[in-house]
Amino acid sequence: MFKIIHAQFLAPGIKRFVIEAPRIARKQKPGQFVILRIYEEGERIPVTIENSDPEKGTINIVVQSAGKTTNLLNTLETGDSILDVVGPLGKPSEIANYGTAVVVGGGVGTAMAYPTAAALKRAGNRVISIVGARNKELVILEKEMREVSDALLITTDDGSYADKGFVTDKLRQLIENGTRIDLVVAVGPIVMMKAVSELTRKENIHTVVSLNPIMIDGTGMCGGCRVLIDGKSEFACVDGPEFDGHKVNFEVLVQRNAMYRDAEKQSMEEFQRLQKAEAEESEVCAATTGARQGEQR
Amino acid sequence: MSPTAKKSLNPVPIKDRMKVPRQLMPEQTACERAHNFEEVNLGYSVELAQREAQRCLECAKPTCTENCPVGIDVKEFVQRIVDGDFLGAAAKIREANVLPAITGRVCPQEDQCEGKCLLSKKVKPLGIGYLERFVADYEQRMGVSVVPSAPPTGKKVAVVGSGPSGLTVAGDLIQKGHKVRVFEALHEIGGVLVYGIPEFRLPKQIVREQIDYMRKMGVEFETDVVVGRTVTINELLEEEGYDAVYIGTGAGLPQFMNIPGEHLNGVYSANEFLTRINLMKAYKFPVYDEPMLDLKGKSVAVIGGGNTALDAIRSALRLGAANAYVLYRRSEAEMPARAEEVHHAQQEGIDFQMLTAPVEFLSDGKGWLRAARCVRMELGEPDASGRRRPVPKEGSEFDLPLSVAVIAIGTSANPIVQSTTPGLGTNKRGYIQASEENQRTTRKGVFAGGDIVTGAATVILAMGAGRRAANSIHEYLTTGEW
Repeated sequence: MFKIIHAQFLAPGIKRFVIEAPRIARKQKPGQFVILRIYEEGERIPVTIENSDPEKGTINIVVQSAGKTTNLLNTLETGDSILDVVGPLGKPSEIANYGTAVVVGGGVGTAMAYPTAAALKRAGNRVISIVGARNKELVILEKEMREVSDALLITTDDGSYADKGFVTDKLRQLIENGTRIDLVVAVGPIVMMKAVSELTRKENIHTVVSLNPIMIDGTGMCGGCRVLIDGKSEFACVDGPEFDGHKVNFEVLVQRNAMYRDAEKQSMEEFQRLQKAEAEESEVCAATTGARQGEQR
Repeated sequence: MSPTAKKSLNPVPIKDRMKVPRQLMPEQTACERAHNFEEVNLGYSVELAQREAQRCLECAKPTCTENCPVGIDVKEFVQRIVDGDFLGAAAKIREANVLPAITGRVCPQEDQCEGKCLLSKKVKPLGIGYLERFVADYEQRMGVSVVPSAPPTGKKVAVVGSGPSGLTVAGDLIQKGHKVRVFEALHEIGGVLVYGIPEFRLPKQIVREQIDYMRKMGVEFETDVVVGRTVTINELLEEEGYDAVYIGTGAGLPQFMNIPGEHLNGVYSANEFLTRINLMKAYKFPVYDEPMLDLKGKSVAVIGGGNTALDAIRSALRLGAANAYVLYRRSEAEMPARAEEVHHAQQEGIDFQMLTAPVEFLSDGKGWLRAARCVRMELGEPDASGRRRPVPKEGSEFDLPLSVAVIAIGTSANPIVQSTTPGLGTNKRGYIQASEENQRTTRKGVFAGGDIVTGAATVILAMGAGRRAANSIHEYLTTGEW
C-alpha cells in the first residue's frame, strides 16, 4: 500500500497526489512514469510523475479524469492509500546542453513536461516553454513552469486566458521569428504531439515526444504498448516513452489506443451509475447511518 | 525417516505389475471444460493413487530420478504411497522440490521421469506426475507442517523475480538458515505461474498456497519492485546489505514475427493475451476492470506450437471463440508443447493447422484485423535446432478470416537488469552468463538462473537451476570463496 500524503485538485478533473514511495522517489528522473492499481479488481494504468522528493521519500503524480480508473483515483483524498505503485518506469529524458530547448506541454502533459524542462534548464539550456490548455481553468503548473523557463508562452483553445490558439501557433511564431531552436520536447495529447512533429519536421528541428499507449506490466513483458517507430515495433515502456517525433507513426498509436473503447465506455457508465446511486443512497442514509465509504464499485 | 531397505507392502507381485493399466486421470469432460476456467484434471482419489503407485517396478537403478531436473527420489515417494504414508511421500518430495503441487501439474513428464520409466518399454509409464500432484494436494488438505529451518546464519539474500526458479532458491535458502527477501515487479507473487499459466491448468489458489507456505517458513516478499529501475543490484549489495543476489527474472520480451499488419488491433503477443486473462482477470470483466476484446463467436488463431500457444488458444475457446486455430509451421511431431495439453486441446475442439504460417495480417481498412494470409509449409533439412526446417510451398497462400491473432513464437531477453548492472556478463542474445554447474555470474555474489540464462524453457528446468543456485549460494555464504 502506498499512502497519499496530500491530494489536491490543480484544475477541474486534474489532481495532484503526493505519495509515499521512498524507493521510487530515490530513483525518479525526468521523463519517467509509474504504473498504479487502486484496488484488487482494478486495472494497471501508467501515470505521469511530476516531481519527487528523495529526502522525504515522496513522489508527485498528476492525474486527469478520463475513464473509470482515473475518475476513481481522483476521488481519493489525503490519508487514503493506493494499492500498487511501481516505477520509475521507462527511460529517462536525455538531458544535455542542446542550446535552446522548447518544451511544449499540452493539458495534463504539462506535468510530465515540467521535470524535463527543469532538468534542461539545470543543464544550461535556454528553455522556452509553451503550455496549452482548453481553457483558463485547465492551465496547470504555470508558476512551476515559469520558474524553470527563460520564457513561458501560454495558449488556451477558447482564449479565456493568455493567447487564444494552440501550442503549435506559438511554436510556429518562434520559428518564423527566427528563434534558433535546437530541441523541441512535446508532451500531451497525441494530436498535439503529431502537429508539433509535423511542424518541426519541415524545419529539421530534433523533436522528442512522450508516448502514452495502453500498458499492463510496464517492464517489456507483455508487448501491449508497442508503437511503430520508423516502421519498426518498439515497446514504449522499455524503449521509450520518449521517441523521435519525426519517426513515430501517430495513426497507429491512435488506432491502438482505441482498441478497448467499448469496454472503457461500459466501465465508465457503470461507474457513473454506481456513483449516482451511491450519492442518492447517502442522501437517504445521511440522517441515520451516514455515508458509506469504499463501495463505489 | 524410514529405513531404506524397508519391505514393500505392495500386494501386486512384480511380474503382474505390467498387467495393471495406467490409472486414468479423472477430468472434466471436454465439452464441459471448453466453457469454463476450472481445472481440467480433477486429481486421483486415494484408491486410484495407490493402484497407480503399485505399478512401480522398483528398479534397482531408477532412471526416473536420473531424468528429473531436481532429482526427486521417485521410487521412494511412490513406495510411501503404496504404504499409505502420504505425508511421508510429500516429505520425501519436498526434500528435492519446494513446489510439488505445481510441478505435478505443469512438468513435461513424458520428456523426463516418465519418459525413461522402465514400464514405458512395454506399456504406459508410471503416472509419476499424477502421483506427485496427488501427494501435494493431500498434504495441502491435511495442512502442511512447516519444516524447521537451520539456525540463523546472519546472512541476507535478495532474490529477483518470484517465478519458479526464484521461489525454489528462496525455499531452499530459508531452510539453510539465511534471511531471504524476494522482489517482484508485478503486484502478485508467482511470475509466470500467475501471469502465464491459465487457471484451468494451474489454479492460482494452488500457487497462493505454495507461497503462503514459504511465508510461513519466513521468506519475505516485496511486490512492485522492478529491479534495475526501482533499485539496482549494486544498491542491494552495497546499500541494503545483501550478501548475495539471485537473478531469476524470466524470459522477458515477447517476439513478434515482423510481418506486415502486426500492429493491427486484434493482434496480441501471447504474453499480453495471457496476462490480461490470468493476472488481470480480464475474463471476469466488468467485475475486474482490465478489458480484453470480446471473443464470443469470433475466429481466433494462435501462432506457435509450445505450451504458451496452447494456453492462449484454449483460453480463447473458453472465452467463447467459435473457431480456435493453432497455426504451427512444423508438424505435430515437432510441437514443443506437453503431450497431455495437445491431447486435451484436441479433445476440446481446437483446430490444429499444422505446417502453416502467416505471412501477413490483413486490415479491415479501419485498423482492425480481418484475416491472416497464410502459407503451407513442408519440412526440409534439419536446422540448427535439429528439427526439420519448414519451407514454404509455392502457390499455397490462402486467407484465414480472423478477429484475433495471438503470437506465441517465443521471447527474447529482457535487458533491464543486465543494462543496469555493471560487470554482469551476457551472451550474444542478451541472456545473463551463468555457470551451468553453480549458476554463478561474472559478478561476485551475483547468481542467475531460469529463463534469463537459458532463454524460454520449462518451470522444472528453472527450478533445477534454482536448486543448484541455492546450493552454490549457500557454499559462497559459508566459505566466502568465489
